[in-house]
Amino acid sequence: MTKSEEIELQQQACKVRMGVLSATHGAKAGHPGGSLSAADLFTYLYFEELNIDPADPHKEDRDRFVLSKGHTAPGLYAALANRGFFPVDDLPTLRHIDSYLQGHPNMDTVPGVDMSTGSLGQGISCAAGMALGLKHQNSPARVYTLLGDGEMQEGQVWEALMFAAHYKLDNLCVIVDHNGLQIDGPNEKVMGLGSIPDKLRSFGLDVFQINGHDFQSMEGVFEIARQTKNKPCAIVMETTKGKGVSFMENQVGWHGKAPNDEEYAQGMAELNAALAGLEAV
Amino acid sequence: MADMKKIATRQSYGEALKDLGELYEDVVVLDADLANATKTDIFKKAFPDRHFDCGIAESDMMCVAAGLSTTGLVPFASSFAMFAAGRAFEQVRNSIGYPHLNVKIGATHGGISVGEDGASHQCCEDFALMRSIPGMVVMSPADDVEAKAMVRTAYEHKGPVYMRFSRYGAPVIHDENSFTFQIGKGEVLRDGMDVALIANGLLVAEALSAADILVRQGISARVIDMATIKPLDEELVLKAAKECKKIVTCEEHSVIGGLGEAVCAVIAQHGLACPVERVGVNDEFGHSGPAGALLEQFGLCAEHIVQMAKK
Repeated sequence: MTKSEEIELQQQACKVRMGVLSATHGAKAGHPGGSLSAADLFTYLYFEELNIDPADPHKEDRDRFVLSKGHTAPGLYAALANRGFFPVDDLPTLRHIDSYLQGHPNMDTVPGVDMSTGSLGQGISCAAGMALGLKHQNSPARVYTLLGDGEMQEGQVWEALMFAAHYKLDNLCVIVDHNGLQIDGPNEKVMGLGSIPDKLRSFGLDVFQINGHDFQSMEGVFEIARQTKNKPCAIVMETTKGKGVSFMENQVGWHGKAPNDEEYAQGMAELNAALAGLEAV
Repeated sequence: MADMKKIATRQSYGEALKDLGELYEDVVVLDADLANATKTDIFKKAFPDRHFDCGIAESDMMCVAAGLSTTGLVPFASSFAMFAAGRAFEQVRNSIGYPHLNVKIGATHGGISVGEDGASHQCCEDFALMRSIPGMVVMSPADDVEAKAMVRTAYEHKGPVYMRFSRYGAPVIHDENSFTFQIGKGEVLRDGMDVALIANGLLVAEALSAADILVRQGISARVIDMATIKPLDEELVLKAAKECKKIVTCEEHSVIGGLGEAVCAVIAQHGLACPVERVGVNDEFGHSGPAGALLEQFGLCAEHIVQMAKK
């Protein structure tokens, strides 16, 4: 990727982060922390990696994305909206009564959402089922799923990983947003996960580790991941919860809390400044 | 019924899947290390590349089924009722029911007639659990003929379906040449005006036997095979409530949350005064024993239906 392409992605990521703030501010609820830690990934997937068409969200050979950590819907919605699946202006209706932007991803109401998720541990199994179904029908489409690190405490995640390895689902890419924090505190204090890459490797996946805020690394790793044969791959992204909004960064309190008016204004000012800085480059 | 041919409906399920597999390439079958018991091994033998064992991981299996269905395949996810409806309830609710995906759940070993395995495996709560999921079709066939027709109909239906089959042999009461099956339609097997016996699963044959006993005692019993618990054939229930003096529901399920309560709710909603007795498992766990002896001990038999009809 050229420097200017990277800057373009960074600009998009700024807009996705603004969408996260406007959605959670409008909802007066929601999960900004994990949406922001994964904002760069959402941006990379929807603007670079995925074979998708906003004008035809159900096209048969599209790549699928399953947000297994469904509570970070604001991040996914912000990426989908910026990519043209629905109006960015609708983001503040998140969680409102009668809005199509449900609190957790809903495949029936939100254009571009491939699976309804929210109950942790289930999305990865659904993604594995999709990958098996596509492979069975000789589709070239790939399936991507994003897990939270805390989500890996759900036993079903490991059932799904066994399944994916057993059926050699090399069209499945499991991504872990390793920001180290979950509702009750740091992962290691709540329920120690040990080495996530080691565990994934022992379950038979090809495992890569990257900085989840670096588009150059993403480009490299997704390129290699597509070459993986006969086994699923996993990308463990080291990230910062709340990334891009100074007062939210690495603060567990921002896992599931909306910014008030003042915080919203400050966050948007920071992101606007970041965007302006990128445009000046 | 003693002299009739008996076939366990789990066997019917396996055979019907194989027939369906021959007709439709989009049929895929999932199992959780029980293919030999759920009889999906019959399908597996015919179509090994369309049968996917998920290992002992029912929760994962239900979500895998959900994912498969989004790619246009029609998965039949199979396990014992206890694990399909019980263990994986929340997966069925959130990943299949909520997005209303086209997944068929084939749950074998329903009810107390699982027998020797005991209470841990005797699922008498599955109708209640599955009924509570919006959009879920819940069915339990009386015999081999109905089970096979049900599987075909489930395939044709777009949306989630839960079917419960038995381990224990059921007398074949239907004629396969003339039988037709429709989701949500009960079937009047025998007419009568004094009491209506509304049954499903293994209890349909028992209700027919009960009707034989009752008629000898001068009581005419209508027997209805209510294979679909949800959506319930309300019209047929209301007709029975208006025309008969009493209704006895008969099911191999807890009296809480199953066919009995569904029937009671319809009658109450319409302000009808017809009394209802519920033959089922009375808010208690089962235990080990031969299926036939257990069914009798828990009152899931013709003699007890007769008693309740006359009560």
